[in-house]
Amino acid sequence: MSRAALLVLADGRFPAGGHAHSGGAEAAVKAGRITGAASLEDFCRGRLHTTGTVSAALAAAAALGVDPVALDGAADARTPSAALRAAARRLGRQLLRAARVAWPAPELDALAREFPKGAHQPVVLGVAARAAGLGAEDAAYCSAYEAVSGPATAVVRLLSLDPFDATAVLARLAPELDGVARDAAESARRAVGEGVDVLPAASAPLLEVGAEGHAGWAVRLFAS
Amino acid sequence: MTSHPPAPNLTALSPPQSPAGVHARARISARPDAHGRTVLPVLHGEGPLALRRTRATGPEAHVTLVGAMSGPLGGDHLAVAAEVAEGARLSVGSAAATIALPGQDGAPARYDVSLTVADGAELHWLPEQLISVRGSELRVTTRADIGPGGRLVLREEQVLGRTGEAPGLLHSRLTVRHAGRTILDQELSCGPGAPAGWDGPAVLAGHRAVGQLIVVRPEFAHEGVKPVMLGDCAALTPLAGPGALVTALAPDALRLRRILDDALNRLT
Repeated sequence: MSRAALLVLADGRFPAGGHAHSGGAEAAVKAGRITGAASLEDFCRGRLHTTGTVSAALAAAAALGVDPVALDGAADARTPSAALRAAARRLGRQLLRAARVAWPAPELDALAREFPKGAHQPVVLGVAARAAGLGAEDAAYCSAYEAVSGPATAVVRLLSLDPFDATAVLARLAPELDGVARDAAESARRAVGEGVDVLPAASAPLLEVGAEGHAGWAVRLFAS
Repeated sequence: MTSHPPAPNLTALSPPQSPAGVHARARISARPDAHGRTVLPVLHGEGPLALRRTRATGPEAHVTLVGAMSGPLGGDHLAVAAEVAEGARLSVGSAAATIALPGQDGAPARYDVSLTVADGAELHWLPEQLISVRGSELRVTTRADIGPGGRLVLREEQVLGRTGEAPGLLHSRLTVRHAGRTILDQELSCGPGAPAGWDGPAVLAGHRAVGQLIVVRPEFAHEGVKPVMLGDCAALTPLAGPGALVTALAPDALRLRRILDDALNRLT
């Protein structure tokens, strides 16, 4: 495997459309729940340990070769917000287009055939990591990092937060990210033998409610 | 605890005994009689889980879970199972809130609810709130298996601490399967010791009451349900299957119930 492939996949400039999504930060800023670096950090920490943990485990399981159709169903059940399911599939479709060019592989082609409207993004991310020769923990890291880097980048634009402060938030979360990636890979390994029900299902009620509200806004900076 | 010799047919189902704590099971089984009325061939409770049939008129059977003791306390393991056969209609409520209290040896308590709703059956599972008291630790699992044409209304409300009190540690997992497919799988952990960020702006943001209302109905597969906001901190959303979910957060139990009652009226 090439370790550098992980840098390519995790790069914010990887053309997969992630920059258009705030990970719920836009709704939280509007509601006055994110007002600066400290509340951004709390937000990212909560997201990391809920939906971030779930996404990382789904990605890790896909990287291990667990059936993407079963994983996509597990992602649906763990994403009760219809707005978030739609966003996850849009992101999955965009990621798949880029990944098929970057790391051509029959598994990616099969995923595109199975899900013409897009599979859940973490599932695509895991299969892409696999095609790039990366492992379960790599996929988990990539997904968990996206769970916090998306909101941090978005809040720089939404609140004109100092980019140094936003980056410092990410740096402070790094040790917790290690833990989440490790646990995600561990539950993914269990899912290989025991099925997708053993994957974590941690939820964040305010992210779900906020996403439904945000989807109805007439004017917004981010797609989700 | 009151001494209750377990019924012989339930002995095999009893959870492993730990030195401390109450271990109790309750079972309800509902089926239609020859006249289309719902009868309850099994209505068995023990220890703190006492069951009463509370209304006998009409085609539907009503059962109330009467808390015969306060709890669960740390170390307790309670399990409730309800099964509704094809053509039966069952409605279950509780007489009072369930209050998770600390035990003596710091062991966590468990509360497992298992609901089975056959094709063509209907279950309304509408218990009172679960209140997580300071120093308590409780793991709750609720699992509902719905047949293809089955109907379910299920409400869960979690209240973090009594008035003005810090909460205990509460883990809950809610799984709803329809026709063998999981349409909802959700965990929520809150209180001291829960993964960091649980009370932050992404998860609860200081709200002390959080609840869900799930409605599963075969018609939803065709009609669909339109997502809608129910105030600032509650939303109705269609699930990936013939179900709808209301997620609501509120400062307290009373205001949470008001939101979920309005949502229930909207959906039924």
